[in-house]
Amino acid sequence: MSTLASQIVTLKIDGKDCGARGDETILEVARQNGIEIPTLCHFDGLSDIGACRLCLVEVKGSPKLFPACTTLVTEGMEVLTTSERLRRYRVQILELLFTERNHVCSVCVSNGHCELQDLAVKLGLTHVRLPYRYPRLAVDATHDRFVQDDNRCVLCQRCVRVCDEIEGAHTWDVAGRGIESRVITDLSEPWGSTESCTGCSKCVHVCPTGAIFEKGKASGEMVKRRFVAELAAKRESRDE
Amino acid sequence: MTAEDLNELVEKELEANRGFTHSINVCMAAGCLSSRADQAMDAIKKELKAKGMDKQVRVRPVGCMGLCAAGPLVEIRDAAGNSEVMYQGVTPENAPELVASVGKAPVQSLVCDTSIPFFTRQVKVVLENCGKIDPERIEEYLAADGYRGLFKCIFEMTPVQVVEEVTKSGLRGRGGAGFPTGLKWSTVAKAPGKQKYIICNADEGDPGAFMDRSILESDPHRVLEGMAIAAYATGANHGYIYCRAEYPLAVKRLKNAIRQAERLGLLGQEIMNTTFNFTVEVRLGAGAFVCGEETALIHSIEGKRGTPRPRPPFPAQSGLWGCPTLINNVETFANIAPILRKGGEWFAQIGTEKSKGTKVFALAGRVNNTGLIEVPMGTTLREIIYSLGNGIPDGRKFKAVQTGGPSGGCIPEQYLDMGVDYDSIAQVGSIMGSGGMIVMDETSCMVDVAKFFMEFCKSESCGKCIPCRVGTSQMYDMLCKITDGTGTLEDVIMLEELSDLLKSTSLCGLGMTAPNPVMTTLRYFRHEYTAHIEEGKCPAGVCNAAGKVAEEVRA
Repeated sequence: MSTLASQIVTLKIDGKDCGARGDETILEVARQNGIEIPTLCHFDGLSDIGACRLCLVEVKGSPKLFPACTTLVTEGMEVLTTSERLRRYRVQILELLFTERNHVCSVCVSNGHCELQDLAVKLGLTHVRLPYRYPRLAVDATHDRFVQDDNRCVLCQRCVRVCDEIEGAHTWDVAGRGIESRVITDLSEPWGSTESCTGCSKCVHVCPTGAIFEKGKASGEMVKRRFVAELAAKRESRDE
Repeated sequence: MTAEDLNELVEKELEANRGFTHSINVCMAAGCLSSRADQAMDAIKKELKAKGMDKQVRVRPVGCMGLCAAGPLVEIRDAAGNSEVMYQGVTPENAPELVASVGKAPVQSLVCDTSIPFFTRQVKVVLENCGKIDPERIEEYLAADGYRGLFKCIFEMTPVQVVEEVTKSGLRGRGGAGFPTGLKWSTVAKAPGKQKYIICNADEGDPGAFMDRSILESDPHRVLEGMAIAAYATGANHGYIYCRAEYPLAVKRLKNAIRQAERLGLLGQEIMNTTFNFTVEVRLGAGAFVCGEETALIHSIEGKRGTPRPRPPFPAQSGLWGCPTLINNVETFANIAPILRKGGEWFAQIGTEKSKGTKVFALAGRVNNTGLIEVPMGTTLREIIYSLGNGIPDGRKFKAVQTGGPSGGCIPEQYLDMGVDYDSIAQVGSIMGSGGMIVMDETSCMVDVAKFFMEFCKSESCGKCIPCRVGTSQMYDMLCKITDGTGTLEDVIMLEELSDLLKSTSLCGLGMTAPNPVMTTLRYFRHEYTAHIEEGKCPAGVCNAAGKVAEEVRA
């Protein structure tokens, strides 16, 4: 039986003819062909969960929208990555994110190096029309080298996945439901007293915002290094 | 167990029944139990013993008889099983007169009139045994043609034929979305893989809905038989019933039923001495509404956090532990045995063109006869509410009926003559859902109703995707503002915008359908929103809109 990986499919993304393997996602194929789709929860080298909904695209013949990060390409598919409708939804989703927690860029360690900020600029979000929720959230600075700040968290779960899938420690997870959801370390213990954390700093560097950062950084000083994707690629090639 | 063994068991059961001149059936489902039906039954038993009638009259604890509003219900049946009289509101103190009346003139003050439309207009397929058999004794289910469908499948049909029969019946998923059951079964049957699973979704969480609970409490073997037939048809050998922990009685009866069926070789290894194996386990939910969503439910069974994941892949291809998995709702499985026993064509005769069979509804809210009803698809809302439900209490005016729980919408008066099926309900902006039906009259404020359901969705959102997590919270805050009298017309526009966003971009069905109550109330009762905002008053007199508060202060 032929596997998905051995199938060659052709499809159109934004009118451009693309060729791909059957086990590739719309996002992967789009990026190979120089077509940018905004993402937030996606991170090269980690599994995809389709949570942020920013990469939703239109597929001809279906009224439904599809997350590009988890939808596999199929033969003859016609994908539209930008439309007025998609642009509107993406801006609205960002708007919701900005109202959810306390994203005050000017005093954030990640100011200028923040993926949420970059997305807002790229998608043209100039102001927020919804009321800010201003929740009062704690900052966990119990770890020797790192700080976790719920005020900046967008719940993309990159930290959860990198810790579980790459480091193998599974220190991070999500607790609570709905708007009360929070990332936690171990069984909601202070990060500094967790037993499973190896101090590898991968979570720090995959975090898109200033929600997890190194101690000693002032506003705008926290620049994240993207070594995790290379690490994952190396592991994959070793497994093969 | 062979066919002969089964017949022997049935014969023994019928023989035992023939020894009694009458049977007193006492409802032992959660509704009647909560109004002391168990004490009434004990009192009746004691009275029978005292009168020396316990050899002629049998007391039988049974499942739901439907008219929960009038509970506890007690029915007296003759030796042949025909109903002689039904009593309502029976207390332990009524036991002497009730026992004295057996076989004689009924106690007039307690009689529940069974000639009313509530009883006569129902067509019972799923609930055919409810209120008639003791749910804790497999013998009674067997005597009511139980497990005959499974027998027929295993000995007379191939798995392909079973799937064909279900396809022919036109049965659609009773969990709410109405996906064709036969198609789902054939997808799982065709999916490659040695290990497959059957899951019964009994995580009924809609406020005001109790169809699945009643079926599980009143006739648990029917669900097990449906699952076993599904396992035979799809090639699965293990099944899970994911039941919410808030249904302790249903769980107890299910576990008891599984034990009994295993003892008789109707479940477990080498069923009926064939090579067909099927074991069933009960898994309890921990109180999350979102775990009724199939992918979240699978995560929960796997021991993970109950959050949905994007589909495809659908569970039929990659479900529990990555294996092909068939997930159906309790009511769907409960329809299977009669379909196999009587044939798909028989089933397809009931209902409308695109929605076959019957549907069980939990009738609740401002209606005289609250309870459980089963009607053919296509029955009009007017008939359900005014005929079976006997109208609105105190002669008040009907305003809307809410179907499908927090995922559904409010259907106004102009659609009362609409026949209820999957497609017509979807056309007016609501969904069939699992079958909850909440009737509202002029004393219900539609903005308040929308707020209630939005609060529910907000606290039951899993928090994984942004539109649902933050959107429901923002929408709830806006609805609070409007009911407080501090809302603006911009809020209404924003509500519409967010409704569209949630519907189009949420990850799972919970978020996609969460705006339905808001969208339908905005569509049909917009004037109530504007009354709150512009006039500062609540037309139904429910909300403390600012204007009203000011008036009270002045007075």
